[in-house]
Amino acid sequence: MLLSYLKIAWKVLLRRKFFTFISLFGVSFTLMILLVVMAMFDHMVGPSTPTKRIDKMLFVNSIRQQMTDNHGWMNSPASIHFVDNYVRKLKTPEKVGIITVSSNATAFTKSKLLPLDLSYTDGNFWQIMDYDFLGGRAFTEAEVKSAQHVCVLNESTARGYFGTTEVVGRTIEIDLKRYRIAGVVRNVSAAHVYAYADVWVPFTLSPQYFKDKRIGGEFLMVLLAPSAAAVPAVREEYRQMMRRVEIPNPKDVEALFSYADPVLPSFTRQLLAFQDQTSGNDNLEAFYLIIGAMALLFMLLPALNLVNLNVTRILERSGEIGVRKAFGAAGRDLVGQFLVENVVLALVGGLLGLGLAAGALALVNSTNPIAYAHFTLSWRVFGWGMLLTLLFGLMSGVYPAWKMSRLNPVVALRGGGDQK
Amino acid sequence: MENLLASTIDTNSQPPLNGATAATAPVLQLTNIEKVYQTATIETVALNRVNLTINRGEFVSIMGPSGCGKSTLLSLMGLLDEPTSGTIEVDGRPVQSYSDKELAGLRNLKIGFVFQSYHLINDLSVLDNVELPLLYRPKLSGRERRQRAVAALDKVGLSARTGHFPSQLSGGQRQRVAIARALVGGPEIILADEPTGNLDSVMGEEIMDLLLGLNKTEGVTIVMVTHDIQQAMKTGRVVRFFDGSQVG
Repeated sequence: MLLSYLKIAWKVLLRRKFFTFISLFGVSFTLMILLVVMAMFDHMVGPSTPTKRIDKMLFVNSIRQQMTDNHGWMNSPASIHFVDNYVRKLKTPEKVGIITVSSNATAFTKSKLLPLDLSYTDGNFWQIMDYDFLGGRAFTEAEVKSAQHVCVLNESTARGYFGTTEVVGRTIEIDLKRYRIAGVVRNVSAAHVYAYADVWVPFTLSPQYFKDKRIGGEFLMVLLAPSAAAVPAVREEYRQMMRRVEIPNPKDVEALFSYADPVLPSFTRQLLAFQDQTSGNDNLEAFYLIIGAMALLFMLLPALNLVNLNVTRILERSGEIGVRKAFGAAGRDLVGQFLVENVVLALVGGLLGLGLAAGALALVNSTNPIAYAHFTLSWRVFGWGMLLTLLFGLMSGVYPAWKMSRLNPVVALRGGGDQK
Repeated sequence: MENLLASTIDTNSQPPLNGATAATAPVLQLTNIEKVYQTATIETVALNRVNLTINRGEFVSIMGPSGCGKSTLLSLMGLLDEPTSGTIEVDGRPVQSYSDKELAGLRNLKIGFVFQSYHLINDLSVLDNVELPLLYRPKLSGRERRQRAVAALDKVGLSARTGHFPSQLSGGQRQRVAIARALVGGPEIILADEPTGNLDSVMGEEIMDLLLGLNKTEGVTIVMVTHDIQQAMKTGRVVRFFDGSQVG
């Protein structure tokens, strides 16, 4: 029966070429946009170099300080005092690494100025992240402790400065300081905010490396759990730890809030913190709800258009519906048939949408909107795309199918569209 | 429902070879049937207190002027529509309480339709068109469906045209395909609504001969709506209608 449905679905698609074109355009264009957005989203939060073990990673990007006397909030990354005295003492994480948000730096070659993004990190950071080394190695904890002027360059900087990536052991001058190059890594997308930079140097060289008891500083933290299953325990221990943190300036600061989150919640917690900022809600559910609703709304318009076209098409096929009913098709058989037809149409549109999305992503990549970002359609995105396509096919097929199944066979055989 | 159907018909068996063995058993019984079409302003009585019994193996013609309710009656007999009042019995069982699914099952197993304008699906081949009623019998394999469809086409003399599409056939051939489709499920009764109405006299005769042959040799019960008195006279019984009422 399915084969027969598919056969007639295909014939119907070919018979009404303009209708098919309009339908396919609606489906494929909608899916193209959704797939492009999903590919970008996947690029930012999915497992990829250097965050291959992202399912075991937790990130801390800020400490929120609630000021006394309703003087508002102050947000900043953590200080070394906070990292060393509290976070590094946690028992559940396997490792705690730190990195600063990249800052502007400049290197001069003989002929040109090379603007760079520079980050300060520690030795653990390199063990947590899986950078792709083209040569050399990361700097060690010992090098960090002794504040040696070593650095890791990305491929682009090595080529820009030296014209080659074979530069391990040579020196580079950045902001009038000379650094020995320990290693060169493949470029990392700027969308990976916890890993991106052009140059990485030991945090002990940072001008913002203060040894006092301040809580706020410039360091983002990456906590590596021993396994994905242990992530909740790490989160919980971090939450418990925050209760013990001593406020160094209680006259000004009333309370401190900070959370160790997986990558997506680490963004959504701040992005959607409209209401009570003291609550522990990471707003992930709200984020998915908003994104889901937006995707649904986005699909709704072309789906409604397809519903409308489908309902019109049913009238054209009333004779067939009448015959099928006369020869024993129950209402649900017809619903099944029409849904199959519509899902076939949607799947064809989905495949076209995938092709269009690949083209659109190639276009986006060529304009290089985010440094070193290369957006691709992964199997995961493909899977989601197909799921969305099925959803679309069902959304736009259910109502017309139901309407079709309700056609009075006598009227249908006469070529009319009245319902029972 | 499936048990009920199983108890009333063996789907794999052929209809009785000769209607004489069970000629007196009613396959369809209509009692006090009324059909009224109601609009906001007008009430139209399409059928008025119709009592009609169709016995197994009969070939009955229904005649009357246009608009007298013949096609409405055929739709009711085919369980495609519901009467406003009265009862319809198929094989002695009243069907008014049947669900949509049960009625569909009953139509599939017991009734075959032949329409004036053939109602073949142009997108499907001749074989696929004939196979269509069997699609709604999930227990049949694809191979069995094909075999039965080819056998039905053989009965109407079109087994050489299985791969053709309806648009490639003449009117008479299309109606033969439609008859094969009506036959393929081994129904107890074929309801034919002016089956020769769109055909010239020669093709009309061919189709009539085919129906008469099916009735005689296969024992298929046939109810045919027609305007043609000569064709009607060839059938076993003529029922006349006028203005929604049975007049003879």
